Amino acid sequence: MSLLRQSRNILSNLRAKSLAKRLMHFKFEPDNPPTNLGPTENMNYLKALTNAMDISLENDPTAIIFGEDVAFGGVFRCTVGLREKYGNDRVFNTPLCEQGIVGFGIGAAVAGSTAIAEIQFADYILPAFDQIVNEAAKYRYRSGGLFECGKLTIRTPCGAVGHGALYHSQTPEAYFAHSTGLKVVIPRSPIQAKGLLLACIRDDNPCIFLEPKILYRAAEEEVPVGDYTLPLSQAEVLREGSDVTLIGYGTQIHVLKEVAELAAKDGISCEVIDLVTILPWDADTVCTSVSKTGRCVITHESPVTGGFAGEVAATIQKECFLNLEAPVERVCGYDTPFPHVLEPFFMPDKWRCLQAVKNVVNY
Amino acid sequence: MSMRHFIKFGKPYLHTRSLLRGKYGLQTCTHVAKSTGVQPTSDGNNFIGIPHNCVTKLEFLEPKMENTIPVYQVLDSDGKIIDETQDPKLSDEILLKMYKDMKMLNIMDGIMYSAQRQGRISFYMTNYGEEATHIGSAAALEMRDLVFAQYREAGVLMWRGFRLDQFMDQCYANINDPASGKQMPVHYGSKDLNFVTISSPLATQMPQAAGAAYALKRTNPGTCVICYFGEGAASEGDAHAAFNFAATLDAPCIFFCRNNGYAISTPAHEQYRGDGIASRGSGYGMLTIRVDGNDTLAVYNATRKARQIALEESRPVLIEAMTYRVGDHSTSDDSSTYRTTGELEYWTKTNNPVTRFERYITNQRNCWSAEEDEKLSKDCSKQVIEAFTAAEKRLKPSPSLVFTDVYDELPVNLKEQQKQMREHVSAHSQHYPLKRHEPL
Repeated sequence: MSLLRQSRNILSNLRAKSLAKRLMHFKFEPDNPPTNLGPTENMNYLKALTNAMDISLENDPTAIIFGEDVAFGGVFRCTVGLREKYGNDRVFNTPLCEQGIVGFGIGAAVAGSTAIAEIQFADYILPAFDQIVNEAAKYRYRSGGLFECGKLTIRTPCGAVGHGALYHSQTPEAYFAHSTGLKVVIPRSPIQAKGLLLACIRDDNPCIFLEPKILYRAAEEEVPVGDYTLPLSQAEVLREGSDVTLIGYGTQIHVLKEVAELAAKDGISCEVIDLVTILPWDADTVCTSVSKTGRCVITHESPVTGGFAGEVAATIQKECFLNLEAPVERVCGYDTPFPHVLEPFFMPDKWRCLQAVKNVVNY
Repeated sequence: MSMRHFIKFGKPYLHTRSLLRGKYGLQTCTHVAKSTGVQPTSDGNNFIGIPHNCVTKLEFLEPKMENTIPVYQVLDSDGKIIDETQDPKLSDEILLKMYKDMKMLNIMDGIMYSAQRQGRISFYMTNYGEEATHIGSAAALEMRDLVFAQYREAGVLMWRGFRLDQFMDQCYANINDPASGKQMPVHYGSKDLNFVTISSPLATQMPQAAGAAYALKRTNPGTCVICYFGEGAASEGDAHAAFNFAATLDAPCIFFCRNNGYAISTPAHEQYRGDGIASRGSGYGMLTIRVDGNDTLAVYNATRKARQIALEESRPVLIEAMTYRVGDHSTSDDSSTYRTTGELEYWTKTNNPVTRFERYITNQRNCWSAEEDEKLSKDCSKQVIEAFTAAEKRLKPSPSLVFTDVYDELPVNLKEQQKQMREHVSAHSQHYPLKRHEPL
């Protein structure tokens, strides 16, 4: 490529990047890296994932990565370099068939191989629903543990990206939250993504690993380069507060962090909790917090009816009933498919969340 | 080479892939084209995937149902070997084990079917008519080969050594069932015998078999996978996914279709319009054969060869075994509502796999007799009745086991729910069948 062409490309990429940043509905603020996990390196979310998979394939000779387009590095560049490093029997393309990808992955896991399956967009995980819910989730139960597919991890990009519309923006956590036997995890940042992916890969239960795609490049942190895992089913209190508990996961955490800052200007002290694992979820941490604050707002991009916030709300009202000062508020996507140009009006943005905070405080 | 040439010459699809590979040294494309009088317009186009020749004649491919894929057969209806070169020359020991397992399967099916009718077990599925598909194929495999089955393959388990008490304990859902009575009857599984636990959804096992075969190719070379399914299940999307994945990823998997004529009440001609399941094989680039599923030795030979090819060449093989489901679909079905007694009688009496095999071992191999046959029936009945009497007496599993094996360990929410269940049941024990179960 000519130098002129190259510089034109760089410029247009920069313009696109800054435009995207201006249009983003959140601000990503990196966490401080954990002090006990050794040296770190600047990595964005997708590079942290590549790093996790690299470590997995290095230490586990049975580990394989497969899905649509993973061989050349993946449409989101999450598997770049892995085929060259580990060979085409370990990192390979499959035909375009999600039910096949998951079914194949289950079989490989049952036969004892660590199977890391990629579904190109979470919106397309639905053809695999039968394999995930009727097979993967129930394999151990129905055989009394004679057979199980704990070595299966399904990774998939999810969530709003600014222009994804109906079929490139969904987060299907609610459907899988209802499928006991699975673990469902959604990391908010690169440090979280690497540790949680390694945890899911090594966990002896089939895991759905949801990766908010808008964070792939927007989120950059100092990520420990070594091998580490983070605990599943443990919610994290990111900010302590006394007036209201804000509960969310994935990209929405970054919205909530900003909401907490805005609320603080009005003298409202917010506690922010990242659920991290949707199934099995850490009700204990959440209920302890809401019992303290007496108020809560639960938020997610997915539509409100039948959404996961309902599960959290039902548990909170049962466990914290006498401590509640206000009804539990949910700020979610509306009950519509995910619109394209109307996305800003659909999303549970910081202004809707902030309004919900004021509602519960002034109840 | 275009498909059209194959159909015109009625060449079996078996040769499609090898032709493309030029393996069996058949005629080249240009030579064949000249013989038909149709000249390709160029030397071929470079479409990514398969090379093509171009033609100027507008002609659609017609699936010619007069030239269906032939049925491989070794034994005729009298149990006589048709072509001596195809006799696998099995030992008397193997032949007798094959026959005894078929008879035991029949007798177990009869007694368990009655048990369901008497309300002793909740549900049952018989295997009548398909004994040769089970025993013939199972005998051709090694014990280390992994089996993914659908639900009508009990003979495979029997061949491998699943005991009567194990069959019964699963059907009776008692404390000896490794799955603690969690599944309906006939959903067997055995880790020791490399038989993956049955699940009710159809065809889901098929892409799993492809994945397992791929994994085993890397970690346990020399081990193959066999995947059983019916012609009805073959209509599911999972079947298509399985064939395509196994073929593109070079998985050493035998796909064994039991085409038994019916999917519950739906006859095969309402299940597909083309030439059965076998005709799909070459579409996926798979080696394919159709066999007489009621001919134990044909099934044996085909499976043995398929296994050899699958492992040596790292590729899937499709076997379509033509057979007939003599029994009802299950104890919830009454097949007299959708098929004639005449049809049923033909397959029960005239073209019966067990009878054909019995004729072979008695008349051809002279290692069996009518007297031994009668004694065998009596012995089998006695054993089955002893086993089911014992299974019936055993307790059902503890109610606390509702919560186990959902995950590898009980998570917080399930520990809590287990506690709630125990408290509730203890407080209202008169409403729960606790006497039949091990303690809470």
